[in-house]
Amino acid sequence: MPHPDCRLGIDVGGTNTDAAILDSADRVLAKAKVACTPDITGGITAAIDAVMRAPGIDVGRITHVMLGTTHATNAVLERRKLRRVAVIRIGGPATYAIRPMFEWPRDLADAVSAGETIVDGGIEFDGRDLSPFDGDAVARFLGEVAGAAEAVAITSVFAPVSPRHELLAAEVVKRELGEVPTSLSHEIGSVGLLERENATILNAALVDVARDVASAMQEALAVHGMQPATFFAQNDGTLMALDHALRYPVLTIGSGPANSIRGAAFLTGTTDSLVVDVGGTSTDVGVLANGFPRESSYGVEIGGIRTNFRMPDLVTIALGGGSVISLESGAARIGPRSVGYRLETEALVFGGAVATLTDSAVATGRAALGNPRLIGEHRRLLEHAARQADAMLADAIDRVKTSKGDRALIAVGGGSILVPDDIPGVSEVIRPSHFDAANAIGAAIASVSGNVDRIFHIGAGGREAALDEACEEAREHAVGAGADPGTVQIVEIEEIPLAYLTSPAVRIRAKAAGALGGGQQEQHLHARLARQPRAGRQSGPAARP
Amino acid sequence: MKRLLDSDALRALARGCAVLGAGGGGDPYLGLLQALQATEDFGPALLVDLDELPDDSLIMPCGGIGAPTVTIEKIENGDEGARLRDHLEYMTGRRVAALMSAEIGGANGLLPISWAARMGLPVVDADGMGRAFPEVPQVTMHLAGISPSPAIMTDERGNLVVFRTISGHWMERLERAAAVEFGGAASATEYTLTVAQARGATVRNSVSLAISIGQAVASAAGSPVDALITEVGAFRLVTGKVSDVERRTTSGFVRGSVLVEGLGEDAGRLIRLELQNENLVALEQGRVLASVPDLISVLDSETAGAIVTERVRYGQRVTVIAFACDPVWRTPRGIAAAGPRAFGYDFDYLSVEELAGAAP
Repeated sequence: MPHPDCRLGIDVGGTNTDAAILDSADRVLAKAKVACTPDITGGITAAIDAVMRAPGIDVGRITHVMLGTTHATNAVLERRKLRRVAVIRIGGPATYAIRPMFEWPRDLADAVSAGETIVDGGIEFDGRDLSPFDGDAVARFLGEVAGAAEAVAITSVFAPVSPRHELLAAEVVKRELGEVPTSLSHEIGSVGLLERENATILNAALVDVARDVASAMQEALAVHGMQPATFFAQNDGTLMALDHALRYPVLTIGSGPANSIRGAAFLTGTTDSLVVDVGGTSTDVGVLANGFPRESSYGVEIGGIRTNFRMPDLVTIALGGGSVISLESGAARIGPRSVGYRLETEALVFGGAVATLTDSAVATGRAALGNPRLIGEHRRLLEHAARQADAMLADAIDRVKTSKGDRALIAVGGGSILVPDDIPGVSEVIRPSHFDAANAIGAAIASVSGNVDRIFHIGAGGREAALDEACEEAREHAVGAGADPGTVQIVEIEEIPLAYLTSPAVRIRAKAAGALGGGQQEQHLHARLARQPRAGRQSGPAARP
Repeated sequence: MKRLLDSDALRALARGCAVLGAGGGGDPYLGLLQALQATEDFGPALLVDLDELPDDSLIMPCGGIGAPTVTIEKIENGDEGARLRDHLEYMTGRRVAALMSAEIGGANGLLPISWAARMGLPVVDADGMGRAFPEVPQVTMHLAGISPSPAIMTDERGNLVVFRTISGHWMERLERAAAVEFGGAASATEYTLTVAQARGATVRNSVSLAISIGQAVASAAGSPVDALITEVGAFRLVTGKVSDVERRTTSGFVRGSVLVEGLGEDAGRLIRLELQNENLVALEQGRVLASVPDLISVLDSETAGAIVTERVRYGQRVTVIAFACDPVWRTPRGIAAAGPRAFGYDFDYLSVEELAGAAP
């Protein structure tokens, strides 16, 4: 990998795709904002083209490109480009009482499942075998689904305690189906069988989605003659090397808000504060803790499916620069409708006919945009709406706070002109330069992380030994994901006791993070993208409808 | 009144069981899924009143015992209930006529229903607590002097253990130890009783109550929290946000405290909840607002969803409510088994009605 010089960060949001280029001293050299396209790749290409046109950009100096996208979520919601997954659960004779995918929406299960099975095996919380692993049953099942399965998801009971049965099952898959993309639950989620299994199945189904985005990016970069090291931003605001992201696409599903929070941290030089990201349609309020987004302590739903991987802990409200203000029984009503990207034609101050929160910001003197005289008779409504929006923001900000006492608030995002200077519970509002590209900048400056979240048995070495083991594993994961080993540090560690259990076991969550490092992974990347097998499709017409 | 426990009733029941868990008993979500699958595969279980069964019919109180962390990972096989029933019939030489939740609060409010659906047996509209408690003998059958023996415990593999103990205390000790050997969780029945005995030894109509709570919340025209408060006749202790959480695990129990800071009308108030798996005591400036065995539940202020103790965290907008336990818990035996002193507090039990009536 080349020594890091200039980095290009790209963030694909709901309305816009942002791009920013930073030099080795972390100065922002150029930024661009373009409208998203339905196929996502057009927006990425346009954003790269736009930011490259900035004067003084030396394409040859761009050594790293980082992409953040919530595209995978859309693929799930729209049931598009999903692979058919052979679902293997290892846990019999336990777990039959709730079969795999039982609570999935029927149409999504139909789109994703190539068949499900429960085989004997699995682990107890204390590391013993729940029952002996039945590899023959795995082989028989694979024989039945061989024509239909395009990917495999393997989930063992208590894989977070030991992955050994998942690894044995993966060997059977390799023997029976060859090189088919296989997702193992211990690499995806934490304790909670169904949620982890769901996340693992989604991960297996999203392999093509990640690969398409990666290919689009590679092509757009190739047009400019670039061959940089490429990374994906992940849910916790850190990066994964591209080959890693292709194996764990579900871990990139919530990277957008995380990028903004990391960008806010970078632009202000702070490690602990509140962050508000105001877009065109909605506002996310999150917490920057120890330099990273604070994570939700329990799982998120994606497309109606419970999962348990870690996502930024956010309060999201339907309030943005394009939010439409209407008069309802004498009072101002804000949103949830937004004029979105049509703000510059439809808002009052731009000569349009729709009262928006951007007009409110102009009416209250917070922003100088368009033609303030066009506000005219709407002034009272707009002022009233501004007060209401302030109250909504103040409430959202208060909801994410973890303690009493005033905290600083960093305001980013294109719509952050809406944020007032005076907010109850906020000591100061910090408005960094480049606030409108904080998400793309956040992608460009992110570090590389590794996570551990599993149950440790407290043995002879006591708690300390278990904590050391967790930290060591997190460090190894960070290096595996592309971090420079010399810079990796533990940034978070948490012990979660197990209730109603007298046996000495503890769940430990640890996160290590480090700077972008050297590595060989990207050398194989193009080859890898080109020759990734597609088991089901190779076998012909049995592929998905 | 007979009623079928169809999927709508089960979903309402799960919401109600969470409220009646008073912070404990584990998240009913998995119990709900298990009951929904059993209902889909075998048809719905029938909920019956004790008065609809012959006096000498045998009731099997049952549920899961163990760590929620294990049960969210090692889900049941589904056959456990039938195996308990078969062995209980073998030992007593009598047919089991109906199942009963030993504990309506939390996940155990749903589990016996999934078994009943699979076996084609009815479930009685009663339970052994009217809420959730951590220990085996903290049931109304114990207060009524019914023997916990023979108790039977089984796992997903088919292992089965019979316990005959000299007391409920020994039952708790031995079952807890066996559950750890089984892998941290198991299924069990204790305190087998007849319908005639059950009339005076259980909390009646608790399944219907849980369903009504769930339905009141789901169909509330205005605030779901208000609807819930009306439904159970609860006292609103405070509406605010969680401003501090402290939790630790000692000898298998999660102990700790939660601070709730008042908002809106309650601005300036600070309520402290003390917990040991369940919410035990609510205090304000050293004054007791409510305590066990009355129920203290922490609700999401917006949805009225009950938040179990392990999921309470900073910043949540909550309404803390307290409401009366079943009268049997207010008898001297009940207070001795599950009053404040049973949990190591040095004060006498006063009912939530008395305490709330004395509020300034």
